[in-house]
Amino acid sequence: MDFIKVTMRGALLSAVLSLFIAVSASADPGRPGGATSTQFQDANAFSQPASNLSLDGRMNFSIGNSFFRNPWIAAPATTTARDGLGPLFNTNSCQGCHIKDGRGHPPLPGQAQAVSTLIRLSIPETQDRIRLASEGVIAEPTYGDQLQDFSIAGVESEARIQWQYEYSSVELATGTEVSLRKPIIELSHLAYGPMHKDVMLSPRVAPAMIGLGLLEAIPAEDILANADPEDSDGDGISGRPNSVWDGIEETLVLGRFGWKASKPTVKQQSAAAFFGDIGITSNLSPSESCMPAQTGCVAAPDGGYPELSDELLDLVTFYSQHLAVPERPDHAEAQVLEGEKVFHETGCASCHTPQWQTGDGASAALSNQTIYPYTDLLLHDMGEGLADNRPDFDATGLEWRTPPLWGLGSYQVVNGHTQLLHDGRARNALEAILWHGGEAEDSKNQVIELSEDRLAQLLIFLDSL
Amino acid sequence: MHKVFTRQRLFALPLYFIYLGYSACTTAQALPTDSELNSVGERYLELASASFGAALEEALIMQQAIEAFLDQPDLETLGAAKSAWSLARKPYAEIEAFRFGNLIIDDWEPQLNAWPLDEGFIDYVDQGSYFYELGNPVGQANLIANTSLSYGPQVLDLTDLSADLLASLNELGGTEANVATGWHAIEFLLWGQDLNGTGPGAGNRPVADFALTEAECSNGNCDRRRQYLSAVTDLLIEDLEWGVSQWDAEIATNYQKEFAALPAKEQLRRILFGVGSLSLGELAGERMKVSLYANSPEDEHDCFSDNTHFTLLHDQIGIANVLQGQTGFAAPLTRGISVVELLEQYDADLAQELGNALNNSTEVIAKIAASAEAGIAFDQLIAPGNSEGAAMIQDAIDALFLQTRAIEAAAVALGLNSLAANTEGHF
Repeated sequence: MDFIKVTMRGALLSAVLSLFIAVSASADPGRPGGATSTQFQDANAFSQPASNLSLDGRMNFSIGNSFFRNPWIAAPATTTARDGLGPLFNTNSCQGCHIKDGRGHPPLPGQAQAVSTLIRLSIPETQDRIRLASEGVIAEPTYGDQLQDFSIAGVESEARIQWQYEYSSVELATGTEVSLRKPIIELSHLAYGPMHKDVMLSPRVAPAMIGLGLLEAIPAEDILANADPEDSDGDGISGRPNSVWDGIEETLVLGRFGWKASKPTVKQQSAAAFFGDIGITSNLSPSESCMPAQTGCVAAPDGGYPELSDELLDLVTFYSQHLAVPERPDHAEAQVLEGEKVFHETGCASCHTPQWQTGDGASAALSNQTIYPYTDLLLHDMGEGLADNRPDFDATGLEWRTPPLWGLGSYQVVNGHTQLLHDGRARNALEAILWHGGEAEDSKNQVIELSEDRLAQLLIFLDSL
Repeated sequence: MHKVFTRQRLFALPLYFIYLGYSACTTAQALPTDSELNSVGERYLELASASFGAALEEALIMQQAIEAFLDQPDLETLGAAKSAWSLARKPYAEIEAFRFGNLIIDDWEPQLNAWPLDEGFIDYVDQGSYFYELGNPVGQANLIANTSLSYGPQVLDLTDLSADLLASLNELGGTEANVATGWHAIEFLLWGQDLNGTGPGAGNRPVADFALTEAECSNGNCDRRRQYLSAVTDLLIEDLEWGVSQWDAEIATNYQKEFAALPAKEQLRRILFGVGSLSLGELAGERMKVSLYANSPEDEHDCFSDNTHFTLLHDQIGIANVLQGQTGFAAPLTRGISVVELLEQYDADLAQELGNALNNSTEVIAKIAASAEAGIAFDQLIAPGNSEGAAMIQDAIDALFLQTRAIEAAAVALGLNSLAANTEGHF
């Protein structure tokens, strides 16, 4: 370390950064991520660092970005920090599913592997209470808790996913017929024998990465204050927190991330995705994702333990926490504001809670921000039509976590599609609304009854997010 | 020094309080006026125009060398084309200091300089050593070998490998590694894959890949490879011309005009945020620290040509140019004053310190360049177990870290409260 030329005030210089800590911005719906929001509105709108991030933070963000973007390769390889792919996996990089840091999509016709969509597997509750308490599910005994349709050379991939749709339709009060589709999933080429007779399948499309550190920074007590598990206020909306295992604190805590809110923090979600999706071990997920019957997988070379060092996991976590939410340049336009009224009148905001205040976040940039994610981070019964019938921790087979709506209007430009919901079945926001049931049945029916103008305004508002 | 990259150190509270004490003693100091800051902006615009002009000039020489190579492909003309590419990279690297602060340059840049790229998208690759993103449905598209490309429900017509077509294929399917154009596409076409890993040697593409007849052609499709190289070279020139036009003081509506009309402090913020981001996030982080972590030539910036050292060095020189207001590629600039000159008037010690930090970074990175020129290139320095190489790169990272600190201190001394973007009008 060559301090010679800058010794005199080196220590002082290194503290200058503290002056750049952002002052908490006042509430501005045009900046849904508070001071972290980015002006970018193009295909890179989801890939920007928090705008108020320090230069040091930007360096960590850049390093994390590299490990989020570049592919992992099979061991052994010269690149020791990037080897250890698989043996079984869904893709070889984070970016492979979180395309442009945005959403994945259901498999395209003719696509051999699903890549940005995966299938979770489990079997109904057994006597294995300990496992259930720490993993939330009982994994399918031969294939584990996730189907992996890629593998390294010499190991057989688990299966192929046959993805088809069945179609139905809904008629709006205006007379417009809206076609809906629902995936019908079959597994073929099962490489390790038949699955358990009671196996439960749940398809999941990779969600967008924006604003995750802000959601993490909402104080748990504020989220819990909105919970109403017994619906004691009688509004038909319960809102239940998922209570999930925190593998670092070794206790049950509020779940926030994933389609069923089964992970408590960005770091644990990241480690779980490295492990389940890419086959990369870390200190949080120490053993390879091979089941005992998968002998080729067990015998395959690994990338040294852990394949992902604590330091690199922290950098990828840092990156994932600091992806900025795009600004909403149209937020104050008349039609948008009208649509926002419709959003409230039809009860959407009961679960898609517009505004939150973050507390202490993972960095100063994320702390004390007024944000507009449009989620309550709670579980809601969404009815039989959407149900995956696969419980996860406290989430029932009917429940899903309210997904954030910020960035909704940017999916088309970032990802080239607007396929929404956990399995991408909805081809646009209206279809997604029409799939709402259960606690949201009443809101959906109100949307069906809207006049042409009011419906258009609602959709313009959603597209402005 | 490793520890500086952890969050704990970033928000080290004791240092924060020490700084507040220091700050209290110096807040009485005067700050530059808007017209003084505008004069820094004026020099910056003159420098931008000179630097972009130099980048275009060298690239035109490269274009001639590539045309000569395509006219008569032999070892000599290929060597001359490669040399011209390497020489043209130097002034180009220096204009990277105008990125980050100026969104228009960030939007423009990917078509010229996107990296890393999945080379199987462009041409044949060695199957045993080629790794690409599996979510990338066209990572092995081989645009040169195929006249059509199926992607999902679309079928793209590749018959004519025109510049427009190639530009439209960048980031196909949302994968950033699908880079069809720019410096690194040209580099891959001239050098080919570097199959030497972290051992000595760069890419070694056969001259016969560009043969004038299919009979003499190695690896097939020579006519299309020639067409491709010619089209991406022309496109690079067109793009550089557009870049030059944005800084031209003679043009009535361009970015230069927009910049000159900005509030004085916003001008300074864009100048300093740009060089600070290049110094720390891009150079120290993405291009050096990542390579040290991964020990992988896949993370090397100019990986086909092993020219990484010169790009690093000239990126650093570009940072110094912006702060010192001069470039080695042009006669002395005279309009306005430089950041360092203004700083000298308000905090001479800090100006000295910033100058020292710039010189130190340049010297330390020059050692990496000297090593590469003596036969041990960047991809060998980052080889696993090369502790001497790792130390050399770590020294450069440390120097860039201190340099960035000095840039941040200069921002404070010149009256900026924040370097962050999105703060127009909120100083």
